[in-house]
Amino acid sequence: MQSYSVSEITRYIHGLFDGDPMLAAVWVGGEVSNLTKARSGHWYFTIKDAGAQLRCVMFRSAARFVRSDIRAGDEILVHGRVSVYEARGEYQLYADSIVAAGSQGDLHQQFEALKARLAAEGLFEQAQKQPIPEFPRRIGVVTSPTAAAWQDIQNVLERRFPMVEVLLSPTLVQGSEAPRQIIRALERLQRGAAVDVIVLARGGGSLEDLWCFNDEGLARALAACDIPVISGVGHEIDFTIVDFVADLRAPTPSAAAELATPNREDLLLDLDRLQLALAAHFRGAQGERQRDLHRLQSGLRFGKPLKALLQARASTAELQGRGNRALAARLSRLRERLNAAGQALEAAHPQHILARGYALVSDEQGALVRSAAQVSRNQRLHIQFEQDGLQVRVDD
Amino acid sequence: MHDIQSLSYEEAHQQLEAAVARLESGALSLEESVAVYERGQKLSAHCQALLEKAELRVTLVDAASETG
Repeated sequence: MQSYSVSEITRYIHGLFDGDPMLAAVWVGGEVSNLTKARSGHWYFTIKDAGAQLRCVMFRSAARFVRSDIRAGDEILVHGRVSVYEARGEYQLYADSIVAAGSQGDLHQQFEALKARLAAEGLFEQAQKQPIPEFPRRIGVVTSPTAAAWQDIQNVLERRFPMVEVLLSPTLVQGSEAPRQIIRALERLQRGAAVDVIVLARGGGSLEDLWCFNDEGLARALAACDIPVISGVGHEIDFTIVDFVADLRAPTPSAAAELATPNREDLLLDLDRLQLALAAHFRGAQGERQRDLHRLQSGLRFGKPLKALLQARASTAELQGRGNRALAARLSRLRERLNAAGQALEAAHPQHILARGYALVSDEQGALVRSAAQVSRNQRLHIQFEQDGLQVRVDD
Repeated sequence: MHDIQSLSYEEAHQQLEAAVARLESGALSLEESVAVYERGQKLSAHCQALLEKAELRVTLVDAASETG
């Protein structure tokens, strides 16, 4: 008579479970009972109805994604695969997402299931995220041309980094047609002239309004996009699948435009520092270095304090709150400092120094002679005045 | 000599930083430091002009404007 060991027969049963496509990914609804959340972060519970019960386990990696807390007695929907736990001779549901049953259960349930699946495929991995360029030349914007979001984005870009070129790739941002249009809008930006970063944005709305941003096809198109994408969909609290797949998530459309660009004010301050450093080091080359650097440090907070000034710049909301009047004032103050820097540069130019009656003495190789010790008898030198020069020979 | 007007902000900014560094090194002859200094001035003027630009250039890329 043919007989099997317990392990052999259990392994066979295990194979039956794992071979069944329905049990590989299934939603099961029931009431939660004897729930234990282990310190390890894994959850063990049973879901039951009038006629039966099903043991479930949810490992930490999936449990931490579950937003709604579950308690004994809750009616829930659990998604996962049913398999056999050989050691205990039991079958159980290995859960990857949980949703509260009822009301928005359906939409929410689909969202959680898709999120769990794409997360498992590694689409949200940090390693997949591309860095956002610091100085973009060309920014692509995928949004609806008639929405307020597009106006907000333009205002932010114009204030922060107006020399950038903006390519608007228009699309619907709501309804069943939207995902396909957004995918095509993204494709258009990947075909034409090189775009450095893309902002995908839409203003606030309900779960249904933002639903097109939870489309699987769109999520995969976004993951495949070789240009870095910043998502700015809905308000602060709204999270869509697109936000998990994008290279960077911004809470709102305006914030997305900010994250895509450096701030002009910081650049003006930095340019100010550079222009004065240019003048200082140039004059330094002619022996006036200490005096200029001192003037630089005291007068214009050069160096670390300036870096602190750059970091402490006003946040967008504050700036918009005070309206553009304050911004215009700041920009004109910066312009004055730049003009002052310009004059300093002008004055440092040798022509002006020679005009003041100085002369430059250099040897035959053109190297500057700064002291008598550098030269010897009969050596030929060149003296340069403002307009002309002389060839001379040292007599002693 | 790469034409300064066609440089992007990032390129002009990097070359200006390099010009300052070369002057700072002090290893230049008079002629070289004047040349580096004058190029630095042009680079900073170009950066400033880019920063002072007020309006944004927006182009529409939609199904209709698809070429080829």
